[in-house]
Amino acid sequence: MSVVRILFSYIIFPGFIFTALVGLLLTWIDRKVTARIHWRVGPPWYQPYADFLKLLLKETIIPEGSSKVLFLLGPIIGLVAMSILAVMLFSMNLNPGNTFVGDLIVMIYLLALPPLGIMIGGSASKNPLASVGVSREMTQYFAYELPFLITIAGIILKAGGSIRFGDIILAQKASGPFLYSISGVIGAIVILLSAQAKLGFVPFDIPEAEQEIMAGPYIEYSGVALAMYKLVRAMMLFLLPLFLISVLWGGLGDWWAILKFLLIIVLIVLIKNTNPRIRIDQSLRFFWLGIGILSVVGLVLAVYGL
Amino acid sequence: MKRIVPIGPYHPLQEEPEFFKLIVEGEKVVDLEINIGYNHRGHEFVAQKMTWDQVTFLVERICGICSDSHPYAYVLAVEDAAHVTAPPRAQYIRTIIGELERIHSHYLWVGLAGHFIGYNTVWMWVWRYREPLLDIFELIMGNRNHYAINKVGGARRDILPEHYSKIEKYLDLLEEKNTMFTKAVLDDPVIRARLEGVGILSKEDAVAYGVLGPTARGSGYATDVRKDDPYDAYDKVDWNEIVFDEGDVLAKAKVRLLECSESIKIVRQCLRNMPDGPIETRVDEIPPGEGIGRHEAPRGEVFHYVRSDGSNMPVRHKIRAPSFMNIPSNVVAVRGYSIADAALVLAAVDPCYCCTERTVVLRNGKRELTGKDMLRLSWRKTERLRRRYRR
Repeated sequence: MSVVRILFSYIIFPGFIFTALVGLLLTWIDRKVTARIHWRVGPPWYQPYADFLKLLLKETIIPEGSSKVLFLLGPIIGLVAMSILAVMLFSMNLNPGNTFVGDLIVMIYLLALPPLGIMIGGSASKNPLASVGVSREMTQYFAYELPFLITIAGIILKAGGSIRFGDIILAQKASGPFLYSISGVIGAIVILLSAQAKLGFVPFDIPEAEQEIMAGPYIEYSGVALAMYKLVRAMMLFLLPLFLISVLWGGLGDWWAILKFLLIIVLIVLIKNTNPRIRIDQSLRFFWLGIGILSVVGLVLAVYGL
Repeated sequence: MKRIVPIGPYHPLQEEPEFFKLIVEGEKVVDLEINIGYNHRGHEFVAQKMTWDQVTFLVERICGICSDSHPYAYVLAVEDAAHVTAPPRAQYIRTIIGELERIHSHYLWVGLAGHFIGYNTVWMWVWRYREPLLDIFELIMGNRNHYAINKVGGARRDILPEHYSKIEKYLDLLEEKNTMFTKAVLDDPVIRARLEGVGILSKEDAVAYGVLGPTARGSGYATDVRKDDPYDAYDKVDWNEIVFDEGDVLAKAKVRLLECSESIKIVRQCLRNMPDGPIETRVDEIPPGEGIGRHEAPRGEVFHYVRSDGSNMPVRHKIRAPSFMNIPSNVVAVRGYSIADAALVLAAVDPCYCCTERTVVLRNGKRELTGKDMLRLSWRKTERLRRRYRR
């Protein structure tokens, strides 16, 4: 019985299928809001599902001379990581006692896996543009991960030095969300911008820059493999705001969480539509000097309990 | 380690056939090879098989964006050969359409430049305000593009007095929005970070490559046929030539945006001072001789040369489009910048590949486009022409 329940939670709710369905709906919100900003009409709500199904029916072409296993492993890594992350986020939000030591670290690793999958798949595809994209993805990953980790360290400090995800949620339930403090606001800004970069949205869509390197690591992907990448992206769009709410904005305990969630999504879409893409060197400077110093300030403030 | 990053042979964004071979080290572009000749249509040759009036419509099809510029320069060339001038009203009409076309072409570029740096909101907004202009074209001439307003000896259609107010109304809207866009481009720190100091073409290089239009004026090289050699109504109106010295992509963007407001000024003055009268002079035959026509197209000077032997067809028609001069300057402008900048720098000259297409010699499947080859071909052709017309 418990095996069935575990399988259910990983595959159907809140794991793969639920996250994928909601994530695809969120990409529709993204597309619709973008379209309204552009004075366009935008697609109907079922468009992302239709696109996904269409891609499933297309042929998957594997470029000649590339490593078949690694090429197909790329999208699968991200998909598995996101499914597990969804289960962890939901089960610990709904039942904070159901936690283990170091699960926050596991979550950070799970969040790091999709970029890794992109790097593996992109470099396996043997395309010069893909390799440029992979090198950019790598630079970008190191750029945004540093301030992200510093901020997480600050959050751990605020939760009393515990690296359990459940303890962070319990601490916020006891003394109010971390967001309502200076270091919390700084942390939210840092995590939001890192999420923008993780999602590969403008101004940080440098690794795939369709106008410069024609989608970079994704250039050789087609059919099911491309659909999986799109799905990973959609699931991240669902899970990253959830992660932000969980660690800073009081968790998913009440119905307000939905409103908070939509607010973050709209904020991400607005940032995406009011900025041009920056260059990779500018991105690195922005994350290490600008946002990096900001996150250190946040950490110092968190030490003093502000 | 040097690698090749290809842009083309079918441009992923501009959707035209050309091939830029970026030779890169890491992210840095060290050299550029430009290949053209994928879609040569032989307009000059076809023009020699058509009557004088038919050629006006043929050259209109050279380019879709500056579809007024080529016929404009062509009719100026034929009028030069025939020693006629268009009546004043026709001159004003042609000037108005030429300037409105400049606005629509520059807006197209600003929108595309936004798209090239991933700023799709700029793209959509700019094109939104370009749209009513196309409606005005349709109102006046029945077509959103390919206006067919030019005719040897005048204009084919009149701008009716009831259309004046519509054009004025649009110009009011555009003036407001143009100020907004100019400010938005100049004030946005992220746009500046992407455009400023990128793809610098120095004045020396600009002169050496003989670049034209906004590309030259953005590099501090003041060249504009409308000022240097005024034709039609351009010497009867008051306007300024926009020149910036920086030579980067931002300067080119500024030149184009500010030129739009100069165009608004020109169209306003033309509408106010438009004289009454006929819109065409009858041209019965073109006497033997030759004529040249120059028009400042949105991308720079477009040059047409025609030679007549007194028959109803040109015996030689030579076209030089501005992009043909501008695109080679990319080689110096793009060197030393990153791949991220390259796409933008290559687009900054506002390239028009269909104007640039030339014939290419292929030998054993390899491209041979050396200067010597082309020179030899040209000599051979001159010899042939001489033999033919000696009799």
